[in-house]
Amino acid sequence: MVQTSQFCTFYLDKLLFGVELKGVQEVMRSLDMTKVPLAPAVVSGLINLRGQIVTAVDLRKCLELGSRPVGTAAMNVVVRSEDGAISLLVDEIGDVVEVEETTFERPPETLRGTVRAMILGVHKLNDRLMHVLDIEKACQMTEGAETTAAGR
Amino acid sequence: MAHVGENLLTRLRDGQLTLNPELTTALLSMVDAVRQMLKEIQATGHDGEFDYPELREILTRLQQVGVNTGKQAGTAGPIASKEVAPKGMGQEIARPAVAKDLVVSPCEEKSTGTEAPKSVQVQPVQGKISALSVAADSRHVEAAVIAIQEDILGAQQTLESRSRDAVAETIRVGVNVLDKLMTLVGELVLARNQLLQISSTVEDTGLQAVSQRINLIATELQEGVMKTRMQPIGNIWSQFPRTVRDVALGCGKEVGIEMEGKETELDKTIIEAIKDPLTHLVRNSVDHGIELPEDRVKAGKDRTGRLILRAFHEGGQVNIEITDDGAGLNEERLRKKAVERGVITAEQATRMTEREIFNLIFLPGFSTAAKVTNVSGRGVGMDVVKTNVEKIGGTVDVQSTRGRGTTVRVKIPLTLAIIPALVVTCGGDRYAIPQVSLLELVRLEPDEVGKGIELVHGVPVYRLRGRLLPLVYLNQELKLAADERAAAESDGAVNIVVLQADERQFGLVVDQINDTEEIVVKPLRKQLKTVKTFAGSSIMGDGKVALILDVLGLAQRAGVITETRDRALTEKAAEAAATSKDKQTFLLFAGPGDSRMAILLSTLARLEEFPVAQVEMSGSQWVTQYRGQILPLVRLNVVLEERRNKLRALQAPPAADSGPIQVLVVNHEGRSFGLVVERILDIVEDQADVRSPATRAAVLYSVVIGERVTEMLDIPAILRSADVSASLSRVATKSAEVVN
Repeated sequence: MVQTSQFCTFYLDKLLFGVELKGVQEVMRSLDMTKVPLAPAVVSGLINLRGQIVTAVDLRKCLELGSRPVGTAAMNVVVRSEDGAISLLVDEIGDVVEVEETTFERPPETLRGTVRAMILGVHKLNDRLMHVLDIEKACQMTEGAETTAAGR
Repeated sequence: MAHVGENLLTRLRDGQLTLNPELTTALLSMVDAVRQMLKEIQATGHDGEFDYPELREILTRLQQVGVNTGKQAGTAGPIASKEVAPKGMGQEIARPAVAKDLVVSPCEEKSTGTEAPKSVQVQPVQGKISALSVAADSRHVEAAVIAIQEDILGAQQTLESRSRDAVAETIRVGVNVLDKLMTLVGELVLARNQLLQISSTVEDTGLQAVSQRINLIATELQEGVMKTRMQPIGNIWSQFPRTVRDVALGCGKEVGIEMEGKETELDKTIIEAIKDPLTHLVRNSVDHGIELPEDRVKAGKDRTGRLILRAFHEGGQVNIEITDDGAGLNEERLRKKAVERGVITAEQATRMTEREIFNLIFLPGFSTAAKVTNVSGRGVGMDVVKTNVEKIGGTVDVQSTRGRGTTVRVKIPLTLAIIPALVVTCGGDRYAIPQVSLLELVRLEPDEVGKGIELVHGVPVYRLRGRLLPLVYLNQELKLAADERAAAESDGAVNIVVLQADERQFGLVVDQINDTEEIVVKPLRKQLKTVKTFAGSSIMGDGKVALILDVLGLAQRAGVITETRDRALTEKAAEAAATSKDKQTFLLFAGPGDSRMAILLSTLARLEEFPVAQVEMSGSQWVTQYRGQILPLVRLNVVLEERRNKLRALQAPPAADSGPIQVLVVNHEGRSFGLVVERILDIVEDQADVRSPATRAAVLYSVVIGERVTEMLDIPAILRSADVSASLSRVATKSAEVVN
């Protein structure tokens, strides 16, 4: 029997990404955010998620994809990490897809830089590729040095 | 083995033996051994394969020795026969329980039989042992006996609970349950705040009455839940007698420990946080504070040193004092050591008050121990104690009288989870400032702003009752974008929050001061741990998240305090100077940009004037020939220049057409240097007691001389930054260093 796993997918700059569904706590529309001055640029701010304070991480900044176009609201994918819940800001939410392990492939050697550490690999879907995101790595990426601007 | 120990105790009881440290050690190790066995039983359910032949041998030997010496000593104290009876009972319990007799029925029988005297038995035993202990550490035995009894009682209770359902007045609750409860109450407090906010806008008396009641209930519930987290400080103190005993024995001292206010309650998290610092302080007191018995006798004191632990509530904080009656801190040695280590200059050392000198022991790497022992004197410790205590919002202070003893006072807040805070707005976002750091609020009306805020070389200060208060603009420190809406709304008034950070005061300028609120502190996630200006976050009444400012971190960022506290020391030294000498003579001169500056006249050797033609370049260093020597010229405008302009300014030769340059010749460490200034102003005598901390490098502090704000120059710092003390042949590298 072929092992399958479910992924929650979302779009960032028209690219399809996925995180394992079992790591996802919930998906929320854009929430009121408190920005954190002097914080690393990837940290967009803090969100009050039913009394729990959750750090929002802008995945576009993490993956070096440039700023989100003005006027588009980000969606929150709240994932559970070692250090409690973290909200990943994405452009658009996709479907939940079920993939077989056989369609997985490691990222090509030509993918380099910090981004490579965060992308475990891709699943070859019928019509396109789904990037598999390493949640823990993505969260660790935010521990970078203090930067000047708190990006939104 | 328990049997041997019991025999020993019996002899003690009968007065055949006198208690001595050796015996106590043996008894204590017996207790340890028994504890280990009990642990084994707890884990496996049956006897462990423990055997302590050595210990048994010691105990037996002691018993033999004891018979001899005991006879000589005679009966050591009067023992009432009624005291023997309960003690015997205690032993009865001890045997089955400690000797791991897990057969329930006889044990139960015995425990039921002894239940009545159980409560009273501790007292007489204590009394008896105190009477017996002519030798030094009766208190340790007391503690040990209590510990044994507790063990016994514990074991007994376990057995009891197995055999019948005892109705207990206390129940055990998991810490995680309490934590969860605490979080929920936190939520409730937030919801209540929201409710109050809404009900205040709605004209409905019914709703308002209900929300008021909910308000009261929530407050009480909050207090109640807080109480469940409270623990008496005695919980961590109980291990100290043993610690003290071990340390004292290790360094050949005799120490008795006394405790006052064991029942003082503290939040669980705080108890955990102060455990290690307190242990360190106690060990320190025994190792450094209390002298050897011989020295004590020589000094006319009791052979046995006293260590007193005191805890009490005061002003919403808990004070913990650790007092010893030892030698006290040696002020002179501290001074010398501090100067040797380069922590302070010799000049500063002579000016510092006793108390400031004592507090030097909290600096990293500072130890006065003549020799390093395995306990202390490694130079780590006191600074860690201070950091740990400050981490939970507390303070440490030390007081000492030579030859009479030392007192270390630790002040800590009751709880960390919910704190009162001042909420301010800046750049459109709200920030909470913990009330503990708050001193006062100052509002400058628009027409006062102009004359209220003065500039020291571009750095804003405010005169608060004659003292200069450095101002920190929150929006600048946090690099917030200017909020146009707020700017438009504001009437030009300036709100200053006067804050205290590590004994320094500064004014934080914010857009708006909202209100004080009880906030629930939520820690920041690791992604934001690097941001030192925030201590945590909290959810406000309207459900939005607000950040809690870390006043200490903010002050460090703004440069009000430096991490090594050296600035504070300099400032203190300067303050001490001001109090020790009423009037000082200053040389006033104009620095770059016509700023008013001064140095103490005593530091000046000569005033000179050189034509520009006499100035020569040695690399990028200006020099001149002066009395047959090469006099390096340090240009103040370069030293004080903005970093980016420094290199350019440094390399510029003197402009040929400018007039003669004014030079202050100063001697520093046996060499002469020329300080190039714009213009000499005056020599004045002034008290100069209105001062404020420096706002930039190379300045010691700002001071009011002749009714005007004047900057006092820090000559050693200037020479250091100009690096002229290095040999002139190294000028090639010099420019780079200066830029750094």
